[in-house]
Amino acid sequence: MATVELDAEFLALPLEAIRSAVLERARALGCEHAEARIERIRSQVVSLRDGRLETSADNVELGLGLRVVHDGSFGFAATIEIDVDAAAALADEAVATARATAPAVAERVELADEPSHGESVWSAAYDLDPSGVPMAEKVALLEDWSGRLLRSAGVDHVTAFLLAVVEDKHYANLSGTVTTQRRVRVHPEVEATAVDAEAGGFETMRSVAPPAGRGWEYLLGQGFDWDDELARIPDYLAEKLHAPSVTPGAYDLVIDPTNLWLTIHESIGHATELDRAMGYEAAYAGTSFATFDKLGTLAYGSEVMNVTGDRTVEHGLATVAYDDEGVEAQSFDIIRDGVLVGYQLDRRIARLMGLGRSNGCAFADSPGHTPIQRMANVSLRPAAGSGPTTEELISSVQDGFYVVGDKSWSIDMQRYNFQFTGQRFFRIERGKLAGQVKDLAYQSRTTEFWGAMQAVGGESTYRLGGAFNCGKGQPGQVAPVSHGCPSALFRGINVLNTRAESGR
Amino acid sequence: MSAGTGRLTAADRVVDQVLEASRSDGCVVIVEELSQAEVRFANNTVTTNGTRRDRGVSVIAFRETEGGTAVGTASSSGATDVIDLVRRAEANAATAQAAEDAAPLVTRGHPAADDFADPPVMTSLAGLGTVLTGLGDAFRRASAAGTRLAGYAEHQVSTFYLGSSTGLRLRYVEPTGKLEAVARADGGARSAWAATGADDLATVHVEELKERLDRRLSWGERKLDLAAGRYEVVLPPDAVADLVVPLGDATSGREAEEGRSVFSAPGGGTRVGESLSSQQFSLRSDPFAAGLECTPFLVTGASGQDVSVFDNGLPLERTDWISDGCLARLQYHRAGAARSGVEAAAPAHNLILEVPGATSSLEELIGRTERGLLLTCLWYIRDVDPETLLLTGLTRDGVYLVEHGEIVGSVNNFRFNESPVDLLSKTIEAGRTERALSREWNEWLNRTAMPALRVAEFNMSSVSPAT
Repeated sequence: MATVELDAEFLALPLEAIRSAVLERARALGCEHAEARIERIRSQVVSLRDGRLETSADNVELGLGLRVVHDGSFGFAATIEIDVDAAAALADEAVATARATAPAVAERVELADEPSHGESVWSAAYDLDPSGVPMAEKVALLEDWSGRLLRSAGVDHVTAFLLAVVEDKHYANLSGTVTTQRRVRVHPEVEATAVDAEAGGFETMRSVAPPAGRGWEYLLGQGFDWDDELARIPDYLAEKLHAPSVTPGAYDLVIDPTNLWLTIHESIGHATELDRAMGYEAAYAGTSFATFDKLGTLAYGSEVMNVTGDRTVEHGLATVAYDDEGVEAQSFDIIRDGVLVGYQLDRRIARLMGLGRSNGCAFADSPGHTPIQRMANVSLRPAAGSGPTTEELISSVQDGFYVVGDKSWSIDMQRYNFQFTGQRFFRIERGKLAGQVKDLAYQSRTTEFWGAMQAVGGESTYRLGGAFNCGKGQPGQVAPVSHGCPSALFRGINVLNTRAESGR
Repeated sequence: MSAGTGRLTAADRVVDQVLEASRSDGCVVIVEELSQAEVRFANNTVTTNGTRRDRGVSVIAFRETEGGTAVGTASSSGATDVIDLVRRAEANAATAQAAEDAAPLVTRGHPAADDFADPPVMTSLAGLGTVLTGLGDAFRRASAAGTRLAGYAEHQVSTFYLGSSTGLRLRYVEPTGKLEAVARADGGARSAWAATGADDLATVHVEELKERLDRRLSWGERKLDLAAGRYEVVLPPDAVADLVVPLGDATSGREAEEGRSVFSAPGGGTRVGESLSSQQFSLRSDPFAAGLECTPFLVTGASGQDVSVFDNGLPLERTDWISDGCLARLQYHRAGAARSGVEAAAPAHNLILEVPGATSSLEELIGRTERGLLLTCLWYIRDVDPETLLLTGLTRDGVYLVEHGEIVGSVNNFRFNESPVDLLSKTIEAGRTERALSREWNEWLNRTAMPALRVAEFNMSSVSPAT
């Protein structure tokens, strides 16, 4: 974007007066560190069922959160009162909280250094503010999408859904960094269902468009071809309803980026969060097999595996200019030539582990929550040069499946054992696609799976996938994150039949 | 607890202001006041903490239109411009089509609303009771014993205010608390989890929780490796809650009628009336259940497939979803129920599974197990196949082999693929129902009471090396 446009209504709040009041009071109370966030988050949901509006929601969240480090302890407090007096009182409350928990703090909190970045503004790249589009226009678009599917033979039910979020955030810390940032993201989704009334049973087929750091223009076709997707879903669904049930066993898989992004998220993204690896999430999200002693030596996968973390890619859901600790957004290596070389960091963990500067992965999902270490856009790099196409990857498989679209997912607390399903699974016989099967899940262990990755596709196969709802922390926080990846070829992966798993 | 300066408009006044400002044919307003305090710990140190105060206001505007009633909603979290909120809701209603879930607004509800003008109930760090003061000592003793504690304690109070243009003025205070912790020994190779859900943390103590953790850790001193397969399992109440909460969520009447649910009957219709188990299971929600009391009227800011904004304020009663082992009821909003010729049924903020008359403790179930796996809790549970309600997930922080009624050692973790509907049919024996906390779902549903269960042929699909 040539110019940064921020929301006038948000800028009209007494941002400077409030941040000054809260930070000055925190300084006066002797805090080593303090950072305030005034945030306004507009979230809109529209959902249609069989072409009829089922629900619409339009929420505005506005609040002020303050985190301090006082005598080696964190203290966090939040309020919904956006005025100078309440802001100053909030500093007292955060310090009181730090003092109250200090007797049980055995590990003094210190933060990695980060220079002051002065005052700056930033906006994500988008054209049309989705919150500015009238509700009726949103409903009409989803009605159109639903209607196209409902008019197709074999489609019994359709759900259509949109979640749009606009996040305005004003951040200031005692070092003098003052940032005002705007993030915009949309998640449109349609799903068709076919019911086999006599036999009992049903199948679904969902759009594979990822949520994206884009505006309303995404639903109008910029960045995704909705017309093509909507035209294809009924045939995919009809074929799936009558497809043979998969025969379990070990098969080669070509996994499309629409499915592989989620496997990356679960088996690489979370596993390379250093707070997890050090046990700080042991009671909730879990730990990691990729322990700190293995940094620089762990064979994570095959030599074609290169993974980066970034908070900079255009339209990425984790993309910002500065994180919620005032750290500048960066791009960094996590896995190089199959070997673990880096972790995602926040300022506390970077300092604790002697890693120098944080790579900018702190995020709080609302003004009411304290920042915690959250995921960067963690992405698998495509093959250098032109690289193979998806068709070329498929052509190198004698007996396997081509997996498209994410669906069910689950992974253990140390990020070894995972199981994923998908939207559609095409049989590959002697290098050619040979129709869908159903009831397929693939199950593997992280290093075995990535070790079995024989080839990654070229740049032409690279897509950005992602999710709005990555969960972590207590109290629970959700974070949006993108994952880029090419199509990739895996040899000898364990395929299950989910009907057989249920004992049928 | 908050840094409140007391200048926020009182919640009951917000309700009045919204209704006074409303120009629509009907209006419902919900104010949820939230007060929360929390402390988190790991590696024998407090990591994060926080106190916060929030206020959610939802305005639902109803407009009579051709063919029915249209709805528009708008909501806010934080300080609210009431007039702006009302106008946004009305603007959304102005362009909406007639809603499918329309029904006359509720005019009467229980309880009597003489507390409506009372302020919201607040909590603070003091609401964590002795947990905060007990942690330091627990950390020191854990460190000395070579174990590491990680966990979380939270106390929150939601005060709901619901008002409508049809005269409803309802208020309810719903406090919710929990303490949960993991103890890890041998560098994480041995671990145990324990938790407690309670309205009031004054009765919850770190010391007692640590004793439960230490006892479970001691069971793990002998390590055994077992392969994947179908095992008899003993599920403690917490683990039963992990599987039964998704069962409660699967009781959609509309999905069942549309043929797209585990409770759809082949050839059309639902499985209501069908026996799911030879055990006399009752699965129910009940806002008046002793110890699990929760909001006794329906509060929703948005409609869903079986819940309707038109039903706001509807009195909630005990509702048996499963009774005498048979599927008894499915969820319907009033409009859906009228279309289907059944009674409306909505869940409350609790869930109870019981076999009436069962009195056995978990220890007694273990004692009657010839060979089986005692689980602690389940994790990362996700739908795999909605047609069978097949779920996948992991065992976590403690799997133990039971032989001849005795715990003989700890076992590796497993990935399971299992349906909670099949769980009921494969139950060998149920224990007495007691308060339970689902590790996986407690953020969404804290108030559960479950029996321990002995279940045959539980599908451990593969081994997980995770500890």
